Amino acid sequence: MGFFDSLKKGLEKTRKGFTEKIEQLIIGYAEIDDEFLDDLEALLLTADVGVPTTNRLMSDVRQGIKNRSINSPEDLRPFLKNRIREILTNDASLPSAAAGPQVMMIVGVNGVGKTTTIGKLSHYYKENGEKVLVAAGDTFRAAAIEQLEIWARRTGSELIKHTEGADPAAVAFDAVQAAKARKVDRLIIDTAGRLHTKSNLMEELKKIHRVIGREIPGAPHETLLVLDATTGQNAINQAKLFGEATNVTGVVLTKLDGTAKGGVVVAIKHELGLPVKWIGVGEGMNDLRPFQAEDFAEALFGDK
Amino acid sequence: MVFEGLSEKLQQTFKKLRGKGKLSETDVTEALRDVRLALLEADVNFRVVKDFIARVKERAIGQEVLQSLTPAQHVIKIVHDELTTLMGATQSRITVSSRPPTIIMLVGLQGAGKTTTAGKLANLLKRQGKRPLLVAADVYRPAAIKQLQVLGEKLEIPVYVQEDNKNPVQIAKAAADYALSHARDTVIIDTAGRLHINEELMAELRNIKQTVKPHEILFVADAMTGQDAVTVAETFNNELGLDGVILTKLDGDARGGAALSIRAVTGRPIKFAGMGEKLDALEPFHPDRMASRILGMGDVMSLIEKAQNSIDLEQAKEMERKLRKEDFTLDDFLEQLRQVRKLGPLDQILGMIPGMGSLQKKLQGAEFDEKELKRTEAIICSMTKKERRDPSIINGSRRKRIAIGSGTRVQDVNRLLKQFVEARKMMKRLQEMQKSGKKPSGFKLPFMH
Repeated sequence: MGFFDSLKKGLEKTRKGFTEKIEQLIIGYAEIDDEFLDDLEALLLTADVGVPTTNRLMSDVRQGIKNRSINSPEDLRPFLKNRIREILTNDASLPSAAAGPQVMMIVGVNGVGKTTTIGKLSHYYKENGEKVLVAAGDTFRAAAIEQLEIWARRTGSELIKHTEGADPAAVAFDAVQAAKARKVDRLIIDTAGRLHTKSNLMEELKKIHRVIGREIPGAPHETLLVLDATTGQNAINQAKLFGEATNVTGVVLTKLDGTAKGGVVVAIKHELGLPVKWIGVGEGMNDLRPFQAEDFAEALFGDK
Repeated sequence: MVFEGLSEKLQQTFKKLRGKGKLSETDVTEALRDVRLALLEADVNFRVVKDFIARVKERAIGQEVLQSLTPAQHVIKIVHDELTTLMGATQSRITVSSRPPTIIMLVGLQGAGKTTTAGKLANLLKRQGKRPLLVAADVYRPAAIKQLQVLGEKLEIPVYVQEDNKNPVQIAKAAADYALSHARDTVIIDTAGRLHINEELMAELRNIKQTVKPHEILFVADAMTGQDAVTVAETFNNELGLDGVILTKLDGDARGGAALSIRAVTGRPIKFAGMGEKLDALEPFHPDRMASRILGMGDVMSLIEKAQNSIDLEQAKEMERKLRKEDFTLDDFLEQLRQVRKLGPLDQILGMIPGMGSLQKKLQGAEFDEKELKRTEAIICSMTKKERRDPSIINGSRRKRIAIGSGTRVQDVNRLLKQFVEARKMMKRLQEMQKSGKKPSGFKLPFMH
């Protein structure tokens, strides 16, 4: 199964929800009138796109009608597809380590799937022939270390761990030292889930980030914020506050196969300019994919 | 923030309408446009919003504006009342079976917080004098069983586990029998979370339900959930027949519109709210507070109640009397500090005050320093009683002793004393201002920077 097929399959629910509704909408109307536009707005809002981004898209659509790029309801799908693709496209290039290990730090609120994502990421990089080390930086949640240990064993990655309740910055420090000594290609550091509103926990995160940067200048080269696709508008606050604390470079959108909506991605990219880097489309080891705006928009609005 | 304060926004909308006696249709429509946005921003499901707005509109048009209120306030009142009614009464009771054990089954999506909630619920019941048994029936997620075991250990509550058994139905059944023979009167089953589209999981949950016949099936939902909350809750309710809802992660800044959506589609009461990482952070759900929160009006009620619980009224009166008489001592000052600390971390308290949401972010860490508070406490505690009563006797050698005793520097002691004198002056001025009706300005306590 190629990338496209599996992505499509994973996104089927998303797509069905979104496109079918748009199609129904298009079939239901012979021409574009106010009611049609209201329904379209409702559709975007129900996809968790959020009010500001929906307003922006709606004004684009109105503009399109005015300047005749949209003449009938049928023109709407390609138009919206293009707009969303434009918003989602990420032109920033990946930062990379000049030499030594590429360091990644994974952050996010509780229960979004950070540890699972690390399992999948390490599998992905292992498959690419890299030597991977993971660090069990979630020393708070009961049994989080065990969970990562199981993943490390599954994927054949090396693991650095302390005990529950240990200082996560110390874990990060040890992991960076080990990564350098063992000459691994990639170090992925887990952190405990935390609500972005807890200032003391965000300070802890800053400290971890600082410690890593002190040991390897420029590291972490990537800080990924893991977001649950079922999350609503609060995802934007999460991205904002985690970004302020740790200079987030990208988003991993998980549980995308479980929800009918993918709109949160559009809102985050549009409002914060933060690109989506990976999407989780299933529970298996292989179900993490690099995010591609083109493909995503295609799968969302493209022909079946 | 797009939505810091619906009240202010509505105030704007209604500026031109001041003094009107009745709410006309145009007034209401205009006001409800803002309400609709507020609800959508709060992640209330679109369908639910539509119904709700229609309902409020019907109720509001033609109403006489109460004399004490502006039209904007009146619309908010109607919206708030309606929202509170919709969310149901406070109902944080668990059905107790006349024949023990009472069996509670927790269900929900992955990452909603089932395992943690199981621990919190067991802890709550234990404190109410029950003898709970936790059951690890999530056999899929790596280390989920271990997580529950660790929680059980911390809480000193037994956890029923069958390490090698991968059949959650059998585990649940055996656990119920175990509870009966070991005199545990409440059984809390932590089930596996999946994505709701997974028919396999639903079948498994249905099987557990049929086998152990739980008295309560509680749906654990993340307060940050977006529009999809409706679909998820509907599916779980249709498949299993829910008895109640527990909303988790309400200690974050999500407005929690999902609460309304879930309530609207299931009709089931929201019983508890998860308010933090600690194992005692499970609180009864308050519909009126949730209404304020969804509308973005701050959690005023929670704050009021918290303050009432924490600050002893008698003590407060005594303090006021002392302030008036100017015999406010360092002892009183210490007392005051402690009361402030009892309220909880300052930045969290601020978040509950309407309009302070954005301020809270700015204040985080820098302005209110918990450490500084602790240090201040240590310094005062290192003084003798006499010194606390009359700081003017604290000379150089006393300062040195206090600094050593509290593990601070003489400069810190000096600063505190200076600040105390200033605070005393400020309080006096504040009182005078209150009398003359002026607003205080530049009022600072020593732990504010």
